[in-house]
Amino acid sequence: MTKQQIPELRAVEKYGADRSFLIPILHEVQEEYHFLPEHALRNIASVMNISLVDVYGVATFFTSFSLEPKGKHLVTLCMGTACHVRNSRGLADEVSRFLGISPGETTSDMLFSLETVNCLGACALGPIAVVDGRYHGQMTASKLERVLKKTAKDEGLEK
Amino acid sequence: MTRITSPAALEQFRQEAQAKRERFKMGVSVCGGTGCQAQECKDVFEAFRTAIHDGGLADTVELKLTGCHGFCEMGPLAVIHPAGIFYKRITPEDVPSIVEKSVLGDGVVEELLFENPLDGGKVAEEAAIPFYARQNRMVLGMNGKIDPQNIDDYIAQGGYAALAKALFEMEPEDIIDSVERAGLRGRGGAGFPTAMKWRSCRAAQSSDGTRYLLCNADEGDPGAYMDRSLLEGNPHAVLEGMVIGARAIGATEGYIYVRHEYPLAVENLLVALDQARLYGLLGNNILGSGLDFDVKVSVGGGAFVCGESTALMASIEGRIGEPRVKHVHTVEKGLFNKPTNLNNVETWANVPLILNEGADAYAATGTESSKGTKIFSLVGKIRNTGLVEVPMGITLKEIVYDIGGGMPEGKDFKAVQTGGPSGGCIPGSLLDTPVDFDRLVDVGSMMGSGGMIVMDEETCMVDIARYFLDFLSEESCGKCVPCREGLKQMLAIVSDIAEGEGTRDQLDLLLETAEVVRDTSLCGLGQTASNPVLSTIRYFEDEYIEHIEQRKCRAGVCRALITYTIDAELCNGCMRCLKACPSKAIAGEKKKSHSIDQQNCEKCGICFEVCEFNAVTRM
Amino acid sequence: MSEMINLVIDGQAVEAERGWTVLEAARYYGVDIPTLCHKEGLAPYSACRLCVVEIRRGNRSQLSASCSFPVQDGIEVLTNSARVQKSRKVIIELMLASCPNSRTLQCLASKYGVTKIRYKSEDRGCVLCGLCVRVCEEQMGAGAIGFFYRGTGREVAMPFHTRDELCRECGACLYVCPVCELPCQGPLQPGELCNACLDTLQIEAFPCRE
Repeated sequence: MTKQQIPELRAVEKYGADRSFLIPILHEVQEEYHFLPEHALRNIASVMNISLVDVYGVATFFTSFSLEPKGKHLVTLCMGTACHVRNSRGLADEVSRFLGISPGETTSDMLFSLETVNCLGACALGPIAVVDGRYHGQMTASKLERVLKKTAKDEGLEK
Repeated sequence: MTRITSPAALEQFRQEAQAKRERFKMGVSVCGGTGCQAQECKDVFEAFRTAIHDGGLADTVELKLTGCHGFCEMGPLAVIHPAGIFYKRITPEDVPSIVEKSVLGDGVVEELLFENPLDGGKVAEEAAIPFYARQNRMVLGMNGKIDPQNIDDYIAQGGYAALAKALFEMEPEDIIDSVERAGLRGRGGAGFPTAMKWRSCRAAQSSDGTRYLLCNADEGDPGAYMDRSLLEGNPHAVLEGMVIGARAIGATEGYIYVRHEYPLAVENLLVALDQARLYGLLGNNILGSGLDFDVKVSVGGGAFVCGESTALMASIEGRIGEPRVKHVHTVEKGLFNKPTNLNNVETWANVPLILNEGADAYAATGTESSKGTKIFSLVGKIRNTGLVEVPMGITLKEIVYDIGGGMPEGKDFKAVQTGGPSGGCIPGSLLDTPVDFDRLVDVGSMMGSGGMIVMDEETCMVDIARYFLDFLSEESCGKCVPCREGLKQMLAIVSDIAEGEGTRDQLDLLLETAEVVRDTSLCGLGQTASNPVLSTIRYFEDEYIEHIEQRKCRAGVCRALITYTIDAELCNGCMRCLKACPSKAIAGEKKKSHSIDQQNCEKCGICFEVCEFNAVTRM
Repeated sequence: MSEMINLVIDGQAVEAERGWTVLEAARYYGVDIPTLCHKEGLAPYSACRLCVVEIRRGNRSQLSASCSFPVQDGIEVLTNSARVQKSRKVIIELMLASCPNSRTLQCLASKYGVTKIRYKSEDRGCVLCGLCVRVCEEQMGAGAIGFFYRGTGREVAMPFHTRDELCRECGACLYVCPVCELPCQGPLQPGELCNACLDTLQIEAFPCRE
């Protein structure tokens, strides 16, 4: 494999090996793999000449990084205050039940990952759900279930 | 495009840009903020584009996808200029009739106008809508007028004139003096006097002359999105403020630290930076003045604590966002150990205004100790949700009722929460409190970055305290004991109370712990983390006592303390709740009244919501 | 001779060298301030907050960690005010709730009058004081362990929980750890507060450590 084919090496080359680029590099690597695999973190530490303790520390500190593989479709529920007072917790319970996983988990068929986030900044539309980067406002369990069913159906699966 | 190398060239460019815009007889600005994008405003925008093109109007009507207009509740929305007609909740199918009536003709499409909830009357003009009428949109106003991805729009509106003034007509000390006379205080939360910070940073020793200037766009307060809207809708105002700051402070490099949850803000910022560099408004020899200053965008990794200055700087340096003790201030030793000045997005956006209007004119708005305006995100249990910019000194009551339109569905007001997880809940009896940095602290809350979450009778204050503790214990970096362990134990106590397992002794322990966490935590996150608990106990202690002694949650929120039952008289056996119940706890037959098996009921409340006959009761 | 700073500690006017911390100055004059995450030879970390003292300047007063607070002219330091005592006790109690079997913490409890853990207690085997992380990096030059995750999920470990080649098994981390030592040999069951040496005279006569 050449350097260009290895996402983490490509990312370090793009940004430079300066430590202040560590977070953007991790973002970029995660875009490729949909999570941060161990070998990628080890590669980053060695080419950037940062200790693995520091790279692993940053990768585990920030919530946007995941060390576990993610499902193909990402469902994010906003838990901000405005969404909370409009019962986002109830929505999370129902979606968890529907997908059979808790927030932070991925379905066994690797189709969906469910995440919660502490405010997406679209508070006027709460409760908010984001499915694969697309915002859905004033969500209810049944509306979200329809979106998820459609997503599964497009993949040729029943949910 | 060639670089603009003098104030005269900038003025000439402005006149040309303005003249180009005046060619158009009319304008359609479609709101493209994140809120409206969630409601498919891009389809509406495309429909306008098609209609304008098909109607042969491309030379007379200027169509723009702008930043957030603020009235998110009504999205997708558009305003037709010059008449200023405001259309709400537009679908692509509505567009041809809007174009026919309001662009080609002088009329309006009645059913898409704002309806005054008080008298049911239709309001056509944006400025006449009560939501906007009471505001003073000095900072946000430009959002609705410009395409954020086109710097020419900003310059046509007089953008970068304040920078030209700062570079050629003012000495650095004059700029700082102006900011001081204007009384500008940090909009990020604590309200520290901006000029004082700038002056210390300017005076700080730097071995190689490096000084950093940072913009805090890590808007982590849940329920707040002012900074997001400013960056998305008017990024050049923030940039212009920063370059003026660089001149005043003697800074050489800048960073804007943005949350990764704000992709559109990052995109618009990067476009703005490129355009500003191309025009010579950023980079080397800005406007031919000899000033060199450039700005980088640093995207965060998702951590509320990174709003704290030392944690933010650690994060830019590529380290974990852990605060450090600040016995040496960051204005002396901050980012990479160099003098560093950090201000929030809204603060930077206020700077060009001060220079344009003059410090005294700016300071004419506001109260004795708080000048100018403040942007709030007015959300929660309120009729008109959205972003509002109000003069300092306006009362909370005016915001909630006159601008926000009060509670929906005739519910009773309970509290308004400001200051995010560092702030507190203010009860109805204190709604006459003015928006003012110091007065809000007096009542146990704080200005904060500008989240204003309205709560009604169906919001439980114990649950709110629990919500914030849960948020904070998750977002604490975990370094110091009081914050990490204290918040965890406070959460355990409040959870016990919410589940009817609490005792009076625990309530005392909660207070004692809250005070120690406030007094001894290492950084601002922990030092203010007790506020939601302390303020809810201060104003709503009776709700805590009720949970403890009567095992009752009057708001009907705490699941362990409520039961759902079906009134046999009112139930007609429609089977809706039975089918909807996710835990299959409802039994019954068609046309016979149903009943809930309390053993299996998980109290999700779905039956309560779906019943059309009010037969399900919550106690 | 280095520049001297004048301050007041517990009512006594004292002189300290510029660059000293309040903790150093207090200990120099024999004033006792408890510490946990502080160790001579390691960088101040100010995380346990056990060493907080009240710093008064004019009519302003705040609690600050003495292990990193630099001495300043004109400040008045109170190492044992009611506010300090209350905070200290709550902090010891909070730490004990996460490491009830730590002998060091039990001794601190006895010495400062904590007789009961009122919080939900769960032995997590680590108080996150970071002594091991600092000794490994600063004294041993290895940097094999670090802090990972955050909030209540924060932990000290090696990356990916696998033994790293940087670790030479020198044992310095175990040596400085206030938790993984032998538990208190007091008369009660593990997890309960022993308080056997509540009589502070005894503590001074038979200190649990060192």
